[in-house]
Amino acid sequence: MESIGVLMLCPMSAYLEQELQSRFNLFKLWTVPQKPQFLKEHASSIRAVVGNAAAGADAELISALPKLEIVSSYSVGVDKIDLDKCREKGIRVTYTPDVLTEDVADLAIGLILAVLRRLCASDRYVRSGAWKKGDFRLTTKFTGKTVGIIGLGRIGMAVAKRAEAFNCPISYYSRRAKPDIQYTYYPSVVELASNCDILVVACPLNEETWHIINRGVIDALGPKGVLINIGRGPHVDEPELVSALVEGRLGGAGLDVYEKEPEIPEELFGLENVVLLPHVGSGTVETRTAMADLVIGNLEAHFLNKPLLTPLV
Amino acid sequence: MKSSHAHILVLEPPPIMIICGDQFLKNFRLLKAWESQLPLDQFLTIHAQSVQALLSSGRYSLTADILQLLPSLRLVVTTSAGLNHIDLPECRRRGISIANAKDTYSEDVADMAVGLLIDVFRKISSADSFVRKGLWPTKGDFPLGSKLGGKRVGIVGLGSIGQEVAKRLQAFGCRISYCSRNKKPYVSYPFYSSVIQLATDCDVLIVCCGLTQQTHHMINKDVMLALGKEGVVVNVGRGAIIKEEELVQCLVQGELGGAGLDVFENEPKVPGELFALDKVVLSPHTAVRTAETLIAMCELVKGNFEAFFSNKPLLSPVVLNN
Repeated sequence: MESIGVLMLCPMSAYLEQELQSRFNLFKLWTVPQKPQFLKEHASSIRAVVGNAAAGADAELISALPKLEIVSSYSVGVDKIDLDKCREKGIRVTYTPDVLTEDVADLAIGLILAVLRRLCASDRYVRSGAWKKGDFRLTTKFTGKTVGIIGLGRIGMAVAKRAEAFNCPISYYSRRAKPDIQYTYYPSVVELASNCDILVVACPLNEETWHIINRGVIDALGPKGVLINIGRGPHVDEPELVSALVEGRLGGAGLDVYEKEPEIPEELFGLENVVLLPHVGSGTVETRTAMADLVIGNLEAHFLNKPLLTPLV
Repeated sequence: MKSSHAHILVLEPPPIMIICGDQFLKNFRLLKAWESQLPLDQFLTIHAQSVQALLSSGRYSLTADILQLLPSLRLVVTTSAGLNHIDLPECRRRGISIANAKDTYSEDVADMAVGLLIDVFRKISSADSFVRKGLWPTKGDFPLGSKLGGKRVGIVGLGSIGQEVAKRLQAFGCRISYCSRNKKPYVSYPFYSSVIQLATDCDVLIVCCGLTQQTHHMINKDVMLALGKEGVVVNVGRGAIIKEEELVQCLVQGELGGAGLDVFENEPKVPGELFALDKVVLSPHTAVRTAETLIAMCELVKGNFEAFFSNKPLLSPVVLNN
């Protein structure tokens, strides 16, 4: 398979790079001096693209790679891939569901606790020596608070299961109510936000869910409400979120994703009721290895004419 | 009811009174010993002879000597869950009832323990700090953390707090075992009679027990070495349960993988060597300091005194064993 050209779109995993390099003819797009020149020279040998949450095979790239057969994403979110175009051209798409579900859900709860109990702010408080001068202020209890989840897929369900262990009543919004689920369903995000203390974004990003967290939802969540985003930055109208937080109209936020990563609105840096993470939802050694193995496994299966492990298209 | 019956003696203000004031006890007459210029024994001899009820801060030692100066005392309400500060045999001898915090704090403390554990494993505070310093665009990716699911968690002390911790961490796919003075009859988690055996078989130790002579410095270098280089210790009990000097040494020398600490041997002093480590998360003893729990504690204290003075059963009585 060493002659098969695989194009990796950005740095994502040294382990994955190594493994791809040893099996295929790996091209690293970020090392290329002139993209158009590179594509002219190598496009006809590239049969696979490996992308991630940050970079995917969009329409332009797909058009530039006439021999493209498979896009294997090192992520579960596929919003950066032009899925329609892939379907149209018979290009397979694989992703990495399940292996990262637990880590992302763990992080959601970690963010909730970090915001409500001010874990990061109080860690800074101790490190600065401020504890010697006085106690930290009172924080907010998590156990028993109502958790509202947008999107009750694998990750949403895993978040619910964990929150239930904290005696949190669970409610949710999704396109349709799920028949076998005991949690309280709300047919709109605003109603969900009005009736919960903590709102967690756990749905895929697409046209319908773009800016699903808008001014109306933020107002409904209110000055004691907390927003947790473990989905995609564009789920949230970021300028609205920032002004709500700065003005105290929203109680707090735990964010792992942003509209223009790695840029984060600086106004958030001064806020104690906000926890800011650099898109680490699946960021554990164990899970990233499992994700890389899935990418490789899917590519190998494809080129050996075996069934794909985790196909989306 | 004679007005003297509704007096409550307070030797030093409990944390709830310092934070919330004393409005919650406005229906009672508070005898505030700390406000007097008199030495305590004189104050009690002059003012507290007919006092039947005492509000304890959970810290001031209620010794037999002090109890002797309170001949009418029939009730001690303490804002703590622990009873180490009270001479229990003397109270039993005198027929003095005790009401404590019961498990009012347990959920908050368990939440804190889980929060600290996730923070250490997933480097939440460290990553937040990285982002706030503007390093994400320049330095790129943040180091990977460690998965919580499947990790073996050893709970040291399976009381009310330990059980709440266990229940939460099971939902994260952690494998729970514990050590305790005695094996708990209705609990299915594997029991270990020694903390060092527990540490040998675990990836994480969560200290949830009280501080006693037996538990003092129980988590020492041997235990930490048994836990191992990837091991993580979380302490929401009392600082002195861990031999702090050895904890710092193990962390600095890489013998221990990380720690989440809400309590320290000499609060508010925290060993400076820990400040340079981002595998450590530090918290200024805030495990029970949520607005909700403080209000609940005020209600419980008030409710206990109201019950007592109207001859009703206490809300959170302590049963004194022989």
